[in-house]
Amino acid sequence: MKAVIKGAGYSLVHTPDMVIHNGTTQTTERIVNPESEYLKELPKHIRTFEQAVAYYPNQAYIGNISPDELAAIPMPWNEQECPLTNRYGKFGQIMPQEEFLLLMQACDVFDLVELDAEFVAAHKDALAANEIIDESIMARVKDGVPADKVKELVENEHAEGLYHNGKLVGAVKRAHDIDTNLSAHVMHENIVSKASNVVGILGAIKNAGIAKEDVEYVIDCSEEACGDMNQRGGGNFAKSVAEIAGLVNASGADIRGFCAAPAHTMIEAASLVAAGAYKTVVVTAGGCTAKLGMNGKDHVKKDLPILEDMLGAFAVVLSEDDGVNPYVNLDILGRHTVGTSSGPQDVTTALVFKPLEKNGMKVTDIDKYAGELHNSDILKPAGGGDPALQFFKVVAATAVKRGELEKADIATFPAKYGMVGWAPTQGHIPSGVPCIGFAREDILAGKIKNTMVIGKGSLFLGRMTNLFDGVSFVIQANDGQGDNKGVSEEEVKGLIAKALKEFAAGLLAE
Amino acid sequence: MDLENQRRVKEFAEQYGPENVVVLLGAAEGEASGLAAETVTAGDPTYAGPLTGVSLGLTVFHVCEPEVKAEFDEAVYDEQVGMMEMVLDIDDICNEMQSIRSEYCKYLG
Repeated sequence: MKAVIKGAGYSLVHTPDMVIHNGTTQTTERIVNPESEYLKELPKHIRTFEQAVAYYPNQAYIGNISPDELAAIPMPWNEQECPLTNRYGKFGQIMPQEEFLLLMQACDVFDLVELDAEFVAAHKDALAANEIIDESIMARVKDGVPADKVKELVENEHAEGLYHNGKLVGAVKRAHDIDTNLSAHVMHENIVSKASNVVGILGAIKNAGIAKEDVEYVIDCSEEACGDMNQRGGGNFAKSVAEIAGLVNASGADIRGFCAAPAHTMIEAASLVAAGAYKTVVVTAGGCTAKLGMNGKDHVKKDLPILEDMLGAFAVVLSEDDGVNPYVNLDILGRHTVGTSSGPQDVTTALVFKPLEKNGMKVTDIDKYAGELHNSDILKPAGGGDPALQFFKVVAATAVKRGELEKADIATFPAKYGMVGWAPTQGHIPSGVPCIGFAREDILAGKIKNTMVIGKGSLFLGRMTNLFDGVSFVIQANDGQGDNKGVSEEEVKGLIAKALKEFAAGLLAE
Repeated sequence: MDLENQRRVKEFAEQYGPENVVVLLGAAEGEASGLAAETVTAGDPTYAGPLTGVSLGLTVFHVCEPEVKAEFDEAVYDEQVGMMEMVLDIDDICNEMQSIRSEYCKYLG
């Protein structure tokens, strides 16, 4: 059975106040250097919602501009006047902070999120008008509490404040008195991940044109961990998201693997569908508050806006073969093994060239590669370069070493076989998967025949291993011929001969 | 530079003496190389890690600089660094490293 890509959803949430209050660059600075110039300057560099929407890479993320069109826009993109101002796109939406705070409250099922009643009253209609929000979610929105109560929670009850335009409008309470895994900080981070995940998954289901009841399994591949002191990463984000999204027939579980997790999860989801275990599986991930404003110091120093003010979310719907949609070819899988070094050449060989070689393919047999799709407009000012461009050059240079390309091809390879990056620096979000929506469309339109998606992850961050990690898979056009995996006459003869040989060997042994 | 790496560099400098330590970088571009080189010489420019305000002045090179390349067995270098050499902007990296070294290194002859 082929596992096809039925649809994908990509959404962003603009969270300017969370940059200031929850991004780790800022929270660390407040501990280490509370009177710093950076913290004083930071609020002057925050973008409005309209500015964040009218930003080319964000418009690419929600599908209003293609990677090819984005590549034609001169950099730096943050200096360009962007005529695209629609918060909705064909892949998803850019949700403003006020709607998101209400959605966070709706996603909290333990009465941990308390919002100021006036704030709720002012923005409830806006959330209800959001095209993915239905009555079941609106029914979860509470009326809110007096402003004094919110202040009391933050000042005396260890709650994490929720702010909008610099004003305290709500709080996330701690879920336990002494368990740090259920502290207000952790609960805030996890509820944000869950709520942004809901935005992504509802968009994907809408785009795939399936009923919510069709989803049988959901796999979350974000980077947070939920659990208590007895099981810190016990889970299960996936099922909690499915509950809010109304996926009544779904179960689910979480997969973790740093930035490589989405690629791992795509392979596992495709395998579940291909094996016939579940007919429809959704791979999904929410965003991460810790990474907001991660490169803020460099952006402020260079008098740029804080470009890392977006939470990223995505979801991909995989279903049994419909004969039309592109599918994940499980015969062409790359994986970085324990025995592989972390050198770029070995990593690239393991992830790109070995799976191709195994299938008798050359580097140019893949029409498009997607990996490290970070928005370089964010990273270049911080000395982070252009990871997407760098990655495609490494693929090309490895191909030169293998004799598959000429050295002169290195310069042209990235534009021809790669793409520019547009994803926010949200860890797991940029690693290959943002291309799936565009790849599905381009394959359906016959513009390309296949795409290799590569996810890479730095495991050392967890201090459990110094090993590198990554996996890759290929999405390709569906020929509508089903499995094409009949057994040939030759193979039948071979099988009979093998059985007879074994039978004869058994007789001799006796 | 990663805070953990800053801590390790600081510890090595204390353990072996800063004049005996050479830091070898493998960063993928000029500015990142410069930032790392500045961290182990003048101190952490981001004021976040253990090397904040600590001017170790260590000798620091990028693996793609000609002085370092000359120290390697040619075949080993080609196998280990040759592919990345084709990809990196070596001139940019060398310029960046030179300027940091001439300004902050304390132990170059």
